[in-house]
Amino acid sequence: MRQLLRRPVLLAGLVVTLFLFLVALLSLVWTPYPPSKMNIVHKLKPPFEFGLLGTDQFGRDVASALMVGAWNSLSTALLAVAIGATIGTAVGTVVAMRRGWVEQIVMRGCDIIFAVPPILSAMMLGAFIGSGRFTAVIAIATFMVPVFARLTLAAARQIWTRDYVAAAVGMGRSKLKITFVHILPNISNQIIVQVTIQLGLAILTEAGLSYLGLGMPPPNPTWGRMLADSQTFLGQAPWLALMPGLAIAIAVLGLNMLGDGLRDLLDPRSTP
Amino acid sequence: MISILIRRILSLIVTLLVVSLLIFVVMDLLPGDPAAIVLGTSASPETLAALRTQMGLDQPLPVRYLAWLWGVFQGDFGQSYTYGVPVAGLIAERLTVTLPLALMAVLMSVGIAVPLGVQAAKKHNGMFDAVVGAVSYVSIAVPAFWVGLLSIILFSTLLGWMPAGGFPGWDAGLLAGLQALLLPAIALALPQAGVLTRVARAAVLDVMNEDYVRTARAKGLGEGAALWRHAVPNALVPVVTMIGMQFTFLIAGAVLVENVFNLPGLGRLAYQSLAQRDIVVMQDVVLFFSALVIVVNFLVDLLYLVIDPRLRVGVR
Repeated sequence: MRQLLRRPVLLAGLVVTLFLFLVALLSLVWTPYPPSKMNIVHKLKPPFEFGLLGTDQFGRDVASALMVGAWNSLSTALLAVAIGATIGTAVGTVVAMRRGWVEQIVMRGCDIIFAVPPILSAMMLGAFIGSGRFTAVIAIATFMVPVFARLTLAAARQIWTRDYVAAAVGMGRSKLKITFVHILPNISNQIIVQVTIQLGLAILTEAGLSYLGLGMPPPNPTWGRMLADSQTFLGQAPWLALMPGLAIAIAVLGLNMLGDGLRDLLDPRSTP
Repeated sequence: MISILIRRILSLIVTLLVVSLLIFVVMDLLPGDPAAIVLGTSASPETLAALRTQMGLDQPLPVRYLAWLWGVFQGDFGQSYTYGVPVAGLIAERLTVTLPLALMAVLMSVGIAVPLGVQAAKKHNGMFDAVVGAVSYVSIAVPAFWVGLLSIILFSTLLGWMPAGGFPGWDAGLLAGLQALLLPAIALALPQAGVLTRVARAAVLDVMNEDYVRTARAKGLGEGAALWRHAVPNALVPVVTMIGMQFTFLIAGAVLVENVFNLPGLGRLAYQSLAQRDIVVMQDVVLFFSALVIVVNFLVDLLYLVIDPRLRVGVR
């Protein structure tokens, strides 16, 4: 606890992220109003006049939509990062085990995947299998695979040069066993830090995809689509464009702070 | 040096070929019949069959890939179904918007980031450093397309200084064109500037403790001169690298920002091709963007060799 108080960045990141998760979870059981319930009489009401944050063009409560949006955004990002991190870490550790031409090929492959922005792969996917959460998750996860593969390869390679690993090799332990006993536990901190930071990036990407209509379909509220819908009413109801963007920025900021704070705590050597 | 260059170029060509193959195969593997996607669900079987033949879909995959690749080499990217014009011309036309936009954004972000980063490093741990650090940290978390929306509210709706979007075309004059691209470029530049400021600051701090900077100061060069003559040029290497690494995000941002401001650029073309199910256009635009990212990173790699002679030996 005292550790935490001495690290304001970590503390702030933790508080914001926890708040985000709590709001997202709360939205599953309670929102001030049903988020997709239209109430034309109260359309385009500014904040505090109707509900906490006003209403949109159909009279839907903005605060409620933001809460459900938090869940939609966070769950999509979590799923995508979980898939990307799992596959990427597996690839990275296996390559670190084998090295040689396998490494060359896999790293080139990473360069190639990294060259296709997730927005474009989501468009390609969207044309064929339609847009939706599945498309968004696959597009973001695909982009995350090279990120984690590169990170784990670089980290694992360092551990493989350590004396205790050489000793384990000398004792005749299999490479797979060494990977599980020595390599993975030693690089897990770096992976955790990266997961946190990539979660922020995934939320940003998901927002962009939803803005373009490549995310979850209506009537599910997403932060990105709320921004897209707000564009028609920028003059009449600027708060509609303000709130979802603020939610995205705060969420990403919180996750970035948490990631950097965790890095300071868990992996002090690599602090820039 | 020459052998390194040749090896890099060969590797670039292989990478580009693999990317093109990957995009082609992925588009082919995805479920759904391209002809049906183009024509919609109400098309008769005869029309579908005719279009499939016209698109060459009755040919095996390798034949189609090679034919497409051969076309791309000759500058023939195929025909757009919705626009009824060659895709190559379409891309070239849209590039006249996207290229200046991206260039303006990169120049702006560097123009903001380098002075701020250098100044912050010079007075590091001071008040200025803290403020710059906080602002750049926050700007990284802000989506570029939201900055675009906010700037429309502020500069178009409230103040009425700028157009809320659209592009008059370069025929309307250089100034009108640049004015239409100004807000979108700012929206794209701000998050990038946040990243670059942090990189520039860290790089200058690193370099300032190097021996040659200390020597420069020892031989009587003023603090400012030592900084700008020796520290800054060296600190530019990581900044340039970061621009290369961020290029994917710049393109993703451009796709979004072009849609926010209704600019007829390449990103908007990609989006429209999705809405219109124009698969040929989409395939070409995705290939074009990906190739652009790869080539930019290749150039950054080359620039490295030019900037930093130490890297010319012992290349992997």
